[in-house]
Amino acid sequence: MTALVEIRRLDRHFEVRRSLFARAKILTAVNQVSFDIERGEILGVVGESGCGKSTLARLVLRLIEPTAGSIRFDGIELTQLSDRHLRRLRPRMQMVFQDPYSSLDPRYTVEDTLLEPLSIQGISLARAAAREKVSELLSTVGLASALARAYPHQLSGGQRQRVGIARALVLSPDLVVLDEPTASLDVSVQAQIVTLLESLQAKLNLTYLFISHDLALVSYFCDRIAVMYLGSIVEILPAVRTQPKHHYTLALMESALIPDPRRRRPTAPLAGDVLSPFAIPAGCAFASRCAAATHLCGVERPLLKRYDQGHLVACHHPVAACKSSPQSHFQRSTTDDVYRPYG
Amino acid sequence: MTLLSVENLHVRFGALHPIDGVSFSIEQGEILGVVGESGSGKSITALTILGLLHLQGGEVDSGRILFNGIDLLRLVERERCSYRGKQIAFISQNPMTSLDPLFCVGDQIAQGLVIHLGKSWFEARARAIELMRDLRIPNPEVVYDQFPHQLSGGLKQRIAIAIALSAEPRLIVADEPTTALDVTVQAQVLHLLHRMTRTRGIGLILITHDMGVVAQICDRMIVMYAGTIVEAGKVEEVFTGPRHPYTRALINCIPRVETQPGALMAIPGIVPNVTDYPPGCRFHPRCPRALPCCSILPPRTVECGDEVSVACHLYDPSDWTLS
Amino acid sequence: MSDWQLDTVRRILSTHKGLVSSVVLTVVALAGVLAPIISPYSFSEQDLGGAAQQPSLQHWLGTDEFGRDLLTRIMYGARTSLTVAVVSIGASVVVGVILGAVAAYYGGVLDRIIITIVDLIWSFPDILIALLFIAIVGPGLKGTMIAISVAYLAQFARLGRSQVLSLRGEMFVEAARSLGASNRHVLLKHLVPNAISPVVVAGMLAVGDAIILEATLGFFGLGAQPPIPSWGAMMASGTAQLFNAPWIIIFPGLAIITTVIGINLLGDALIHALNIRDRVRTT
Repeated sequence: MTALVEIRRLDRHFEVRRSLFARAKILTAVNQVSFDIERGEILGVVGESGCGKSTLARLVLRLIEPTAGSIRFDGIELTQLSDRHLRRLRPRMQMVFQDPYSSLDPRYTVEDTLLEPLSIQGISLARAAAREKVSELLSTVGLASALARAYPHQLSGGQRQRVGIARALVLSPDLVVLDEPTASLDVSVQAQIVTLLESLQAKLNLTYLFISHDLALVSYFCDRIAVMYLGSIVEILPAVRTQPKHHYTLALMESALIPDPRRRRPTAPLAGDVLSPFAIPAGCAFASRCAAATHLCGVERPLLKRYDQGHLVACHHPVAACKSSPQSHFQRSTTDDVYRPYG
Repeated sequence: MTLLSVENLHVRFGALHPIDGVSFSIEQGEILGVVGESGSGKSITALTILGLLHLQGGEVDSGRILFNGIDLLRLVERERCSYRGKQIAFISQNPMTSLDPLFCVGDQIAQGLVIHLGKSWFEARARAIELMRDLRIPNPEVVYDQFPHQLSGGLKQRIAIAIALSAEPRLIVADEPTTALDVTVQAQVLHLLHRMTRTRGIGLILITHDMGVVAQICDRMIVMYAGTIVEAGKVEEVFTGPRHPYTRALINCIPRVETQPGALMAIPGIVPNVTDYPPGCRFHPRCPRALPCCSILPPRTVECGDEVSVACHLYDPSDWTLS
Repeated sequence: MSDWQLDTVRRILSTHKGLVSSVVLTVVALAGVLAPIISPYSFSEQDLGGAAQQPSLQHWLGTDEFGRDLLTRIMYGARTSLTVAVVSIGASVVVGVILGAVAAYYGGVLDRIIITIVDLIWSFPDILIALLFIAIVGPGLKGTMIAISVAYLAQFARLGRSQVLSLRGEMFVEAARSLGASNRHVLLKHLVPNAISPVVVAGMLAVGDAIILEATLGFFGLGAQPPIPSWGAMMASGTAQLFNAPWIIIFPGLAIITTVIGINLLGDALIHALNIRDRVRTT
């Protein structure tokens, strides 16, 4: 059984020109990324700002054009589809956006927003049937049907995001890409939305691509996690209790602020800033901040290779097993804060 | 020694009361976490302490804010200026917008020294560079002359911290200083704040919505909900045994790496809008343990165990006779 | 009328400015619309014996140099001015905004071409462009309307373009595309409706300008040709009588001033009403 989505060597650069005569600088957003999304799974993509995860989300749906590479959805090669065919395929792959306010047209009522996908795809419903469909959708996402006539500015953040989720479900998609759907919500609302997404996935047999910067959330919610750094996937690991093998993943995990005062870290695990995506180094992108970096790391870019069942790492020197005190591992970063500002 | 003491603060924005009877204090050299979700009133509290409430159109109804024995709310604006920046410094949430894009960052740090400590620009520049070095900013002489747009978010926030520290304040109020930053940078900046305030004996009021921040950095904490404080106490005490149902629910709805799937507990309902707070205890419509008296009578704050106080009828024995 | 629009109307009428200007403009518009029914005289009926008479009970605003009743002519003049202004600006808005929206949405070469043409028009003063088109098409109502439309085209094209430029990156546009919307759907159903607010306000203020432009053209005899009354033409012919029958020039002038101020005040009230809603949006 083929995977629902197969991404191979996906690339996306942007050319940025300061002025008409300046040389164009190349911003590498996504750099030779390959992975699969299995049917019915929840794949999480984690990374910090500039790692390319939002760009990747849009590339998977071909909302942005890739510079190179292949995207296969259910066996269909998206990059070769005409605009018209692509639009007809869209109902099967939908997106939930990060900012629930700006992703809803402020002049449309909830009802208008939910009926729009149908009219775009040329499906027209009688008024009564439309109203019923809207009611049904609203109750699926836990909203009162009275909210159908409300405008986005009258709803709370959580309610708006539920509308965004309902909109993504109107056309009964197979794949739902969620781009940081809870980032702008309060913690308690986030928990509600996550619980909703869990139940929807089970009920409607959906496949999720879940983008987030919150490693704890992704570990809780997803089956597998892909970690991105500066446009590349550095590790793909099963979510459940797997020891990370890439140094960046380890740093991310240790940087997370655990809400438990008995487990305090005395220092930050990782120093320095992320490098600019304008100047991706040859070799491993993380080498400049990595304690285990060697000469090889600066020269040859590590490929994503199988480490264990379902666990892939792109590293020349993966983290050794049983690191009892990960702190010592980051000796270099605590005594020698290396920093590189942007630009 | 108590550095700042807020007593029974009531704040009004027109007909609305976003802050209702808030009292807390912070000792010298202590890190106090103020936790709450949106609409809890934590940012307004920060503005009130700094005397910037009028900029947002609010005014203080009643209450006192004592700083070294002087009530800040009774001061005239001119007098307040001598406190702001000099004795009480502020770090705002978004370093992108809190730095002036037209001046180089070094000058923005030095400015504080010139204005508040009366140093010459020469001295101030040297001192600013020293401060930047302290904050582990590499090549401070070079960074001094750079402009905010040339720096990354983490660096900008370090500059904002330097500006706050420049006039040698006794108290820093930081409003969500790391929310806009990446996870790895957030960890660095928080540890930096921790170190700087500890070594200099500065009190830090850290306002955040992130329980993780509070757990990792703060000594004591207060939990705010809809303009009131529902629980306060030492961080270890509150986390290991949260008393108020809201605090407990808040801690339980944060996903952790070891949370079992399906075990995430959400709080039903939404934070009430400031325009219609429920009567009695503001949390009672969402509370799993609400008593009949909760919808009628607002709870008092009672001491409950070792340095913990809660505002909840469940812990107020005198109210049990009402239910 | 949608909730949105009803709400705006309500907000406008709740302020002094909005209420007064709405009333004044309604009176002017009604005077124009009902002129054939309620005007006491015909606008072209001359009475050379009773020329240049002062305001009196028979002629409330007096008569002009040909003995025509001034009140009647002013009422008919309202028809001319308002029709010309509203129709021209209306056409200008529709064509201009769509042009600007298309330029902003598609970008690239199309944008460059459109913006260059628009900038060219923009760089000439309105009156010059109007004169140019009058010269091409000939004087009269049709010429005036085309001239005014083209003169204001640039303004709305730029406005529409800048609005769409800032809106096209919004997430709801991306959302519509992710649902499979075609470019046309996105433009017409999302971008243009959201870009409308400032355009409506600018359009309203432009109507005021257009009335003055029409009056200017009329003053030089290039607008509506006699005997169709036009406030500008009336003022022109009144200059000769300035000292012995000043009402011939004053009343049309007052009509212009009142209408234009009314429009500007209404525009202000509209900005205020729309702003409040936008402010509510952000909380």
